[in-house]
Amino acid sequence: METLNIVDQKVNININGDNVSVSKGTTILEAANQSGINIPTLCHLKKCTPTGACRICVVEVEGARTLVASCTNPVAEGMKIKTHSNRVIDARKTILELMIANHPMDCLKCDRSGFCSLQSLSEEYGITEVPYQGKKRHNPIDLSSPSIVRDADKCILCGKCVKVCEQIQTVNAIEFTKRGFESVVAPSFDCSLGESNCINCGQCIMVCPTGALTEKGAIEDVRAALKDPAKVVVVQPAPAIRVTIGEAMGMEPGAISTGKMVTALKKLGFNQVFDTDFAADLTIMEEGSELVHRVTNNGVLPLMSSCSPGWIKFVEHFYPSLIPNLSTCKSPHQMLGAVIKSYWAKKAGVDPKDIYVVSIMPCTAKKFEAQRPELENDGLRDVDAVLTTRELTKLFKTSGINFSKLEETDFDSPLGLASGAGDIFAASGGVMEAALRSAYFLITGEELENIDFTGVRGLDGVKEATVNVKGLDVKIAVASSLGQARKLMDKVVSGEADYHFIEIMTCAGGCIAGGGQPLNTDIDRIKARLKSIYAIDAKKELRKSHKNADVQKLYEEFLGKPLSEVSHKLLHTHYHQRELS
Amino acid sequence: MSDRTKIYVGMGTCGLAAGAKSVYEAISTTLKNLKIDAEIIPTGCVGYCKREIIVDIAKQGYPKLSYGDVTVADVEGLLKSVLVDNINNHKLIIGKYPTTEVISKDDLDEVPAINELPFFKKQRRLVLKNCGHINPESLQDYLAAEGYEGLKKAFAAGPLGVIDEVKKSGLRGRGGGGFPTGMKWEFGNKSVPKDPNNQKKYMICNADEGDPGAFMDRSVLEGDPFSLLEGMTIAAYAIGASYGYIYVRAEYPLAIERLENAIKLAKENNLLGENILGSGFNLELKIKKGAGAFVCGEETALIGSIEGRRGMPNPRPPFPTESGAFGCPTVINNVETLANVPGLLRHGGDWFASVGTDSSKGTKVFALTGKINNAGLVEVPMGISLREIIYEIGNGIIDDKKYKSVQIGGPSGGCISEENLDIKIDYESLKTVGAMMGSGGLVVMDEGTCMVDVAKYFVEFCTKESCGKCTPCREGTMRMFEILEKITTKEVDKQEKIDSVKHLEHLAGVIRDTSLCGLGQTAPNPVLSTLRYFKNEYDAHIYDEKCPSAHCKSLISYEINESKCIGCGICKAKCPTSAIVGERKSPHKIQTAVCVKCDQCVQLCPVKAIAAK
Repeated sequence: METLNIVDQKVNININGDNVSVSKGTTILEAANQSGINIPTLCHLKKCTPTGACRICVVEVEGARTLVASCTNPVAEGMKIKTHSNRVIDARKTILELMIANHPMDCLKCDRSGFCSLQSLSEEYGITEVPYQGKKRHNPIDLSSPSIVRDADKCILCGKCVKVCEQIQTVNAIEFTKRGFESVVAPSFDCSLGESNCINCGQCIMVCPTGALTEKGAIEDVRAALKDPAKVVVVQPAPAIRVTIGEAMGMEPGAISTGKMVTALKKLGFNQVFDTDFAADLTIMEEGSELVHRVTNNGVLPLMSSCSPGWIKFVEHFYPSLIPNLSTCKSPHQMLGAVIKSYWAKKAGVDPKDIYVVSIMPCTAKKFEAQRPELENDGLRDVDAVLTTRELTKLFKTSGINFSKLEETDFDSPLGLASGAGDIFAASGGVMEAALRSAYFLITGEELENIDFTGVRGLDGVKEATVNVKGLDVKIAVASSLGQARKLMDKVVSGEADYHFIEIMTCAGGCIAGGGQPLNTDIDRIKARLKSIYAIDAKKELRKSHKNADVQKLYEEFLGKPLSEVSHKLLHTHYHQRELS
Repeated sequence: MSDRTKIYVGMGTCGLAAGAKSVYEAISTTLKNLKIDAEIIPTGCVGYCKREIIVDIAKQGYPKLSYGDVTVADVEGLLKSVLVDNINNHKLIIGKYPTTEVISKDDLDEVPAINELPFFKKQRRLVLKNCGHINPESLQDYLAAEGYEGLKKAFAAGPLGVIDEVKKSGLRGRGGGGFPTGMKWEFGNKSVPKDPNNQKKYMICNADEGDPGAFMDRSVLEGDPFSLLEGMTIAAYAIGASYGYIYVRAEYPLAIERLENAIKLAKENNLLGENILGSGFNLELKIKKGAGAFVCGEETALIGSIEGRRGMPNPRPPFPTESGAFGCPTVINNVETLANVPGLLRHGGDWFASVGTDSSKGTKVFALTGKINNAGLVEVPMGISLREIIYEIGNGIIDDKKYKSVQIGGPSGGCISEENLDIKIDYESLKTVGAMMGSGGLVVMDEGTCMVDVAKYFVEFCTKESCGKCTPCREGTMRMFEILEKITTKEVDKQEKIDSVKHLEHLAGVIRDTSLCGLGQTAPNPVLSTLRYFKNEYDAHIYDEKCPSAHCKSLISYEINESKCIGCGICKAKCPTSAIVGERKSPHKIQTAVCVKCDQCVQLCPVKAIAAK
C-alpha cells in the first residue's frame, strides 16, 4: 500500500562491535556519526553528490575486498563495519602522507593556518615526517581575481570547491583540469579566475579544507591608510558583521556585538565609524520607490534586488536578458561610500579626495564590486577598500584588542542611525521584508501595523508570498544561493512566473553565511546568527526604513527625494552583459 | 557457390601498416595484366602477425590456400604460379584450409593443413571465426557465415529466454573483471528507469581498448563488425534497451569506419532501427569516439565521457544497471563479450559451456606480443596453460633465449614467472598468482628484461593515465614510480634506496586497498607481483647496485672483452662520444666516464666482444 513507502525502513548493522539500527539508504559515514563515531572526511560536502575522492573516510567492511569509502557506501543489512581498525588507521595515515608529500608545507605563512583540515588531521594522526620525497605539482598562484586568490599548490583536489560552485551556485567557474598527477582545479581552458565566470561569492573559500583558496587581502592597504595622517579614514560595517565578529573573536556563535565592534574600530584609529545599515534604509527608499514607479508606470517587472554583487555578475553572465529587471540601486555600502564622499564631506568640511572609505563585509564579491569602474563619482571611488569579517578579525587580533571585554559605543552621526529593516538585510528575505514595510507606505501613504513578514524569513531555497497592498496583490519571491536563483530565473525567462519583486542573495541563507565570514561556518552557527539578526530588529523602536530620521534628513538637506537627479547620480548604477568563458 | 576465384587480402590496421594496400593494388593490376578473372576481397586480420601480409587464394576445385610474407614484388610470381601454372606449393605458402571435399592433387599433399600448424593447432576460434575470412564491409558475407541466426533465435526465445541461455553458457565479461554476463543482463532487464521523464535504458559496448600491447577488440571491430552489432542487438533486446552506444577510441579510425558502414548496412536491412526483423524491437545505435584516456575504459568514467563530462570514475553503488548513462539503467559489455553472443545464441548455452573450465567458459582472445617467435592474435579455450600458448602457439622465445616472465592483463595485471607457467588460464587461477585475466594482453619477456624496469614502465603508465580524482591513485602511483626510479639509479644513496623501498610494498597495498576505481586498485599489481616473484632482482638493484638483466642504464657499464676484440676499430669510429680508445689490430677499451651507454658498439661489434654488465 501507499503508506508502506512512508515507513522508515531500518537496517541492522554492527559498527565497531555495537549493534545499531539505522534508516535504509543511510551512508556508513552518516550511520557512524549517528552513533557518535567521528570518521575524518576531506571531500564530503553536505547537500552535494558525494564523490569519494579523498579516501580518508575509508572503513573496513567485513567481506569486502578492499576498504570502502564510508561517504559513498550505503549500509546494508548485517553489515559489519570497523571504522578505526589498524588496517584503516594505517591506510588513512598513508593517504595523509601522500597528500602532505605533495604540499608546500608552509603552514607558518599560510592564511589558513589554524583552520586547515589537513593540518589538524596531520596532528591527529601523529604525522611527524613524510616518507615520500619527490616531485611536487607546481602551478603559479592566480592573483587575477579582485576577490579570491587561488594557490593550486596547496590544493588536495578534494573537489569541494568544484561541487559548491557547480551544484550549489551553478556557476561552474572551476573544474578539474589535466590528468593524473598533474590534475589541478582551475577555470577551464587555461583562463584565469579573473577572466572566468567566477562571480566571486567565496563559497569555495568556505569549503576549502586547506589554504588553496583565500580572499584577496586588503589589510595592508587599510593599515597604510590608517597610518597616513593626510587621510580621513571612514569605516562602515555591513549588517551581518555585528552577529559574526563576536563569534570570530571568541564569543558564542551569533553573539550580538554591534557596540563592541564600533569601539574596536575606533581603537584601530578609524576617524568615523558609520553604519552600512543606514545605507540599507536608504536603499529601501530608493529601491522601494523604484518598485512603486515600475508597478505604477508599466515598467520592467519583476524588479530584482541588486544588493548582492555575486548575483549581479551572475545575471550579467548567465541571464543578460534580465539585466533591465535588476534594480539600478547601488548596493548599500557603495551608496554610503558615495554619500560619505559628497554629503558628509561637505558637512564635515573635508576634501573628498582625502577620504578613504573602508567597508567591512561578510563577502568576497564586495571586493570585486568596489572595483567596478562605474562605481565612482567625480573620479573618486565610492569605496576604497573592502575587508572581510576574517580580515577584520586578524586586524583586531594584531592590534591586541580584547574584544569581549570592550565597552559599547554608538555609531557616528549623521550616517550611523539604522532601522531594524536595515539590520535584517543580513539574512535571506531581509531586503524583501524591509522593502515591504516601506513599500506599503510609499504606495498608500499609510503605515503598516503588522510588519513581521515571517513567510520570507528562514534558510529555505525559494520563498514565495503574495502581499495585498490596498487591493493590489504584490507577488514576491525570495531565493538564496544562485542554484535556487537559477530556478527562479528560468521561470521568469519562460514567462511562467509573474512576480513583482524578487530578492536574491548569492549565498545560501544570505550574508550571515557569506563567503567572507569566519571559517568553519556550519548550519548551527548560521541559525544562531539568523536568530540574532531578527532579535536586533525586534528590539528596536525604529523598524521601518522610511522612518529613519537621519535618512529623512539626508533627503531634506541633500538628495531631495527618492529617484531624484542627485540620487541617480550618487546612488544608482548600470550593468552590462559579460561573456561566458 | 560461384566458380570465380577469390583472393583474400588481410587488411586490418596491422596488415595495412605492413603494406597490404600496395599488395592489394598489385594483385589488382597483375590480374588485369594476366587477364585473370578473380574477386579480391579485403578482410580483417587472421591474427598471424608474424606472416603479414597474408593473401589467401580460393580457386575452384581447391581448398583455400594461405600465403604469407607477401610483398608487392612477390605478387606477380605468386599469382602466375598459383593461378596460371597451377603450382600451389609456392615458397610463401603457409598452409591449406580444411575442406569437406576430398582433394588430393598436384602438389597439395605436401602443404600442411592450417589447423595443424603450431600457431593454429591449439587455438579455438569462436570470436575470431570470421576474422580474415569474410569481407568485414559486406553484410552478405556475414549473413553467409550464419550471421544474424543468433538474433533470430533470440527473438524466438524472448528476453528472459536469452538471459537464461547466457546464464547457462557461463559467459563472463571479457573486459577484465569477469562478471557473469547473464547476471548483469538480468539486473539490466529487471531495472526500472527512475526518472519519470526519461524512461530509457542503454546498452553500451566498451570498445575503449587501452592496455599497452592489446589489440583484440580492434581485430574484431575491423574484421567482423557485424558480429559485434548482432551481439549488441541481442544484449539490448535482453535488457530492453532501445538505445545503444559503441564507445570506441578515436585512435581506431579503421574500426570506426567499418563500424559506421556496418551500422548503415544493418539499418538499411532492418537489422537495426525500428521493428528489427518484424520483432517489434527497436534499437538505435550510436558511435561515441573516446579521446584516448585510458581510464575511460572504466565503466563509470566511460558513462561520464558519453554524457559529455570529464572521464572520471564515480563511486559504485549505484551500479550502471541501476543508474548509468543519463541516470538510466545501463548495461556495459566489452567487445569480445558481445562478439561471443551471436555464436552462443546460435548454438546454445550448453554448446558454449562445453568449452573451458568449471568457472570460466568459452575461449579468450589474447594479443601475444614481446619476445615471442609467433607474435599475433590468438584465441584459446579457457583452461589452456600459459606454457602451451608460449611454447606451442607462440613457438617459444625469440633467439631461443631463456623465458623470464609473461605480463598478463596490462597495467592492471601481473607478471607470471617460470614456476607458474603450467597454471590453467581462467579467471580464478590467474588471481592466485597475483595476476588477472585483464582484457587479453600477453607480453612475453626473456632473460634480457629487467623486472624492476617492467614494474616501473607500468606504474609510469598509471601515473599518466590516472584520472587524478582519488588521492591514493593520483599521488601514490607517482611515489611508487619515484621509488622504482631511485632503485634503478646509481647516483642515489644506497641507504636512501633501502629506506624508500621499505615503503614500496606498504604503499602498493594501501593504493590497492583504498583507490576509488579498478584502475587504482590494480595499478600496484605489476609492483606487487614482481616483488613477489622477482624479489632477487629488486635486491640486486638495491644492495648490489646491479641490474641482472643489464638493462637499467644507470646501473650498467660497457666493457670490451680484450681476448675477443680484434681491434677492427668499427666501434671506435661509431662511438658518438669517442669513449672507445685503442690502436688498430690491438684490443680496444671503453672509458666508462665518457660512455653514454647508447649500445651502438654492442650492436656493431662483429665478434661480439662488447657487453653491458
